[in-house]
Amino acid sequence: MEHEIAIQMKNITKTFGPVVANRGVNLDIRKGEILSVLGENGCGKTTLMNMIAGIYYPDEGQIFVNGEEVTIKSPKDAFRYKIGMIHQHFKLIDVFTAAQNIALGVKKGRYSLKKVAAEVRDMCDRYGFQIDPKKMIHEMSVSEKQTVEIIKVLYRGADILILDEPTAVLTPQEIRTLFKVLREMKKDGKSIVIITHKLNEVMEISDRVAVLRKGEHIATVDTKDTSEKELADMMVGKKVELNIDRKDPVDPKPRLFIEHLYVKNKEGRYAVEDVSFTINGGEILGIAGIAGNGQKELLEGIAGLQRVSKGDIIFHNPKKNKPVTFFHKKLRQIKRMAAEGFFHDPQGNKVDFKGKSNKEIIRLVNEEQVLFYEDEIIDLRHRTPRQIQELGIKLSFVPEDRLNMGLVGNMSIVDNMALRSYRKGRSIFVNKKRPKALADKIIRELEVVTPSDMTPVRRLSGGNVQKVLVGREISSSPKVLMAAYPVRGLDINSSYLIYNLLNQQKEKNVAVVFVGEDLDVLLALSDRLLVISGGKVAGIVDARKVTKEEVGMLMLSNAKADAHAVKTAAENAAEEDKQ
Amino acid sequence: MNTNKKTREPLFHLIKRANVPAWQPWAIRIGALLLGFIIMGILCMISLETNPIDAWKYMFKGAFGIGTTAKTAKFKTLALLRDLSLLLLFALAVTPAFKMKFWNIGAEGQVLMAALFSMMCIQYFGGKVPNVPLIFICLAAAMIGGIIWAVIPALFKAKWNTNETLFTLMMNYVVIQLIIFMIKVWVPNGSQSLAPSAYANLPKIAGEDFWFTIIIALALTAFMFVYLRFSKHGYEISVVGESENTARYIGIKVKKVIIRTLIVSGIVCGIIGFLLVNGINHTVSEKDAGGRGFTAILVSWLAKFNPIFMILTAFLVVFLTKGTEGIMEENQITNEFFSQVLIGIMFLLIIACEFFINYKIVFRHRTAKPQPVLAVSESQAAGSVDDRSGEAAEAPVEGASTALQTDETADQAAKEE
Repeated sequence: MEHEIAIQMKNITKTFGPVVANRGVNLDIRKGEILSVLGENGCGKTTLMNMIAGIYYPDEGQIFVNGEEVTIKSPKDAFRYKIGMIHQHFKLIDVFTAAQNIALGVKKGRYSLKKVAAEVRDMCDRYGFQIDPKKMIHEMSVSEKQTVEIIKVLYRGADILILDEPTAVLTPQEIRTLFKVLREMKKDGKSIVIITHKLNEVMEISDRVAVLRKGEHIATVDTKDTSEKELADMMVGKKVELNIDRKDPVDPKPRLFIEHLYVKNKEGRYAVEDVSFTINGGEILGIAGIAGNGQKELLEGIAGLQRVSKGDIIFHNPKKNKPVTFFHKKLRQIKRMAAEGFFHDPQGNKVDFKGKSNKEIIRLVNEEQVLFYEDEIIDLRHRTPRQIQELGIKLSFVPEDRLNMGLVGNMSIVDNMALRSYRKGRSIFVNKKRPKALADKIIRELEVVTPSDMTPVRRLSGGNVQKVLVGREISSSPKVLMAAYPVRGLDINSSYLIYNLLNQQKEKNVAVVFVGEDLDVLLALSDRLLVISGGKVAGIVDARKVTKEEVGMLMLSNAKADAHAVKTAAENAAEEDKQ
Repeated sequence: MNTNKKTREPLFHLIKRANVPAWQPWAIRIGALLLGFIIMGILCMISLETNPIDAWKYMFKGAFGIGTTAKTAKFKTLALLRDLSLLLLFALAVTPAFKMKFWNIGAEGQVLMAALFSMMCIQYFGGKVPNVPLIFICLAAAMIGGIIWAVIPALFKAKWNTNETLFTLMMNYVVIQLIIFMIKVWVPNGSQSLAPSAYANLPKIAGEDFWFTIIIALALTAFMFVYLRFSKHGYEISVVGESENTARYIGIKVKKVIIRTLIVSGIVCGIIGFLLVNGINHTVSEKDAGGRGFTAILVSWLAKFNPIFMILTAFLVVFLTKGTEGIMEENQITNEFFSQVLIGIMFLLIIACEFFINYKIVFRHRTAKPQPVLAVSESQAAGSVDDRSGEAAEAPVEGASTALQTDETADQAAKEE
C-alpha cells in the first residue's frame, strides 16, 4: 500500500559545538498517521522536531513538505507549511483567556474574540475537546492548558502536529482523553508526531515508531509488528531487563508515624493538610499524585527542611533491650535519659547513675551494661536536619532538585561526599580522606561515568548525578530513605539501577518512601501506595492489587483542578470501562 | 537552494569550550594583558605623542623607579609594596563574604570605622595608659569597630533578607560623616585635619613604618588561603555561597554562617584600620581608605577569590596605577583623566578575556568536523549560545518583525533545553 508522505527529512544533521544532536537522520511523516518518535533523554528527539517547527535550523540536510524542498527558518515558516508544535513547557500567557491566547499573533482579518470563540467551539465539537474559550489560563488545569495549546496550533491551520512529551504531566484518565482526541484528528487526515520515551504509550497510540539513539535514526517500525521489549532494546542499543524484582516485605515494622501533619507552602497556604500514615521498615511506600499536590512539602516537612505547622512525626527506634552506645548519644544525653528511667542493666534493674563518676558511666556504657527499657520514640517535629542527624536518626533524603539541594553543582564528587560527614571529628579542618574513599567506592560500584572524582558534579550527565546522590544517601546505611522523583530525566538503564538500589534498601529493612510520577513504575515497585491529592491523603492502597485507573481516580479526588476536569475524566474512564 | 543557504549561514558561532587544557586560560589572560599594553602604547602615541616603547619604560619607571637613581628606585619599589599589601589586605577582608555570595562593598566603611575606634583610644587614653598596652587596646578597639560595621548588614541580611550591597554602601557614608564629625570635635579650631599623634605608634622595622603592613598582609594571605580552602568554616562558606538550599538540606545554619563570616571580615578590616592609624598615618581622615575597599572587589574577583592569586591581581592593579602615574609625570600632566582611561582599558580587557576563556568563536567555513561527545549538559549549554547567535545573525535578512520573533523563539528554545 502506498502512503502519501507529508514531511520527508533527508540526511538531517545538527551539531551544537562539538556535540552532535542529530546525524544524518532520514525520516518520513505520512499523512493521516500517528508517528511516535521514541528515544532516551538527550538522544535528539526534540532537536529533530524543533528543526521542522522552525526553532532550530539544520546544519546539513533537506526537508520536503508534500514533495517540495522547503527552508523553515522560523515557527512562522512552519505554520506556512501547516506544521505546528506543542512544546513540553506551554507557551501561554497566564492572564489572558483561552481565546485571547489562541488568537495571539494570528492576522486573520479583523480581530474579533467572538469569532475566535466560535471557531474554537467548532473545533471542540469536531474533535471532542472540552474547553471554555473565556476561561483564564491561570485558572486552568494542566490538561486544559494543553488543550488550549493544541487548539492554538489547529487554529493556525496546522495539518501536522508535533507534541513534545504530551503525557508527562497528565493522569491516566487525561491521557485517555488526549489519545481519543488525537485519534479523532487522525481520522480527519492530520498527521501527528508524538515525542516520548514511554513505551506503553507508544504501543497504545501510534501507527509507526521511529527510534532515535544518540542522535541517529535507528529504525522506523510499524507498531503492530513490534513489542515493548524490542523497542527498548533498540532505544538503548543493548538488551535491557525491564523487570523490577519486587519481593514480598519480610516482617515490616512501623518506623515512622506521620500524624495529622500540616505543612504550609511558600505562599503560606497549606500544601499538606491533615496527612497521616505509617512508614514501615522493609517496605517501599510509593507516593502517587499529580505533580505539585504537596509531595515536595510533605517530604521536606518530614526531613526537617520545612516548618511543620501542626501534627507529629514520630520516629520509632526499635531499641528494646539493646545496649546504649556513644555512637549517637553524648554522655550528657545518656545521663539525662538515665535520670528519667530509660535504661536497665542486664539483670533488669533500673540504672540511674546516681553517685557514679563520668568515668564509671563511660565504662558501663562501653561494656554494654546499660540497656534500653523500651523502644525509643522520638518526635521529629520542629527538628532541623542537623538535630535529626545528631539524635542519631539516619534519615536519608534524595530531593527532587538534585543539583541545587542534594548536591552542590560546582563542587567535586569528593566535596559532595563530604557534605554529610564533614562535621565529624574535632579538627577544624575538613577531613577529605573518607569522602574520597566513599566517592571512589560509589564511582566503582554504581559505575558512575566521570573523568575523575574531582570533576564538578554539574558536568556529569543526569543519570550519573543521580547515582552520586543516591549513592551518598544510602552509604550511611539509613533507617528511612526518602526519594523524590529519583528517576526523572534518567535513561532506562540508570532508572532500573535506581529501582534496584531502592529494592536492595528495602531488603535491608530500610523504610523506603518513593515519590514517583510514572504510575506503571509506582505500581511495580511499591508495596503500598499512598495517593495524595490536593495535599490530602486520597487513599492508601495495596500496590499489588490496585489498578492504574483506580489510582488515577484517587489522584483526582481532591485535585486542585476544577470539578469539570474531574467529571470529564471520570466520564471517560467509565465509558472506556463499558467498552 | 544551496546558494540561499550559504547567505544565511551566520558569520561566526560562539561555542562553549569543553575540557580546556590548564595552560589555555592563562595564555588567554596573558594575551589580554599584552594586548592591553599595546593599546596603551598606541593611545599614548596618538594623544601624548610619546613613543610607545618610551611609554612602557615610563610605566616601569613610575612603578619601580627603573632608570632613576638607586635611592629613588628603592623608595618607589617600597611604596609599591606598601600599596600592594594594603590593597591585598582589603581584598582579603572582602573575600570570605564574596565566596559566600554576600556582596559586601563596605570594606571602605568597615576599615574607616576601625580606624576611628583606634584613634578614639589614642585620643582618650594617649598619655594616660603606657604605650605598649595602648597599642593592644587600639588593636582590640579597631577590631570591634570593624566587626560592628560588618555585622550590622549581616544581621539584617540574616533576619530580614535585606540587600547587603546597598546596605554596606550606605554604611560607608555614615562612617565618613562620623569621622568628619569627630575631627571637628577633636580639632575645634576649624583646620580640617588631625595632627599626627605621638602615642601608640607601631615600632618601625628597618627604619620604615610599613614593613609591619607587608608582613601582616603576607601572614593573613596564608591564613585566609588555609581558612577558605581547608577548614570546616571555609567549607561551609563555599556550600552556602553555592546553594543555600543545599546548606539547609545538610543542616548548616545559614544565618550563623553569614554572621560568622562577616565577623571574620570585620576582624580583617579592624586590622587594616589599626595598621593605617597606628602604623602608617598616626592620624585619621575620611580619605584613609582611598577607594581601596572598592578596588579590592576587583582584585578579589579577578583572582576568583583565591588569596594566593590575589597577590598577583593586586600587584597588577597597583602596578597599573603607579605605571600610568609615571607616564603622566613624564608628560607633565597633572590631572588623572588620561591615566584613568588607560587603567580602564586594561581592566576591560582583563575582564572581557574571561568570556574567551569560556567560549570560543568559530568563523564560517572554518568549522572543524564535529566529533560526537556524550556529555549532554555540555551540548545543552553550547546549544543555547550557538543558536541564539545564529538566529540573531540571520535576522537582518528576514526583516524586523520576523527577526524579533525568531530571536524570541530561539530564546525560548534555549530556555526549554
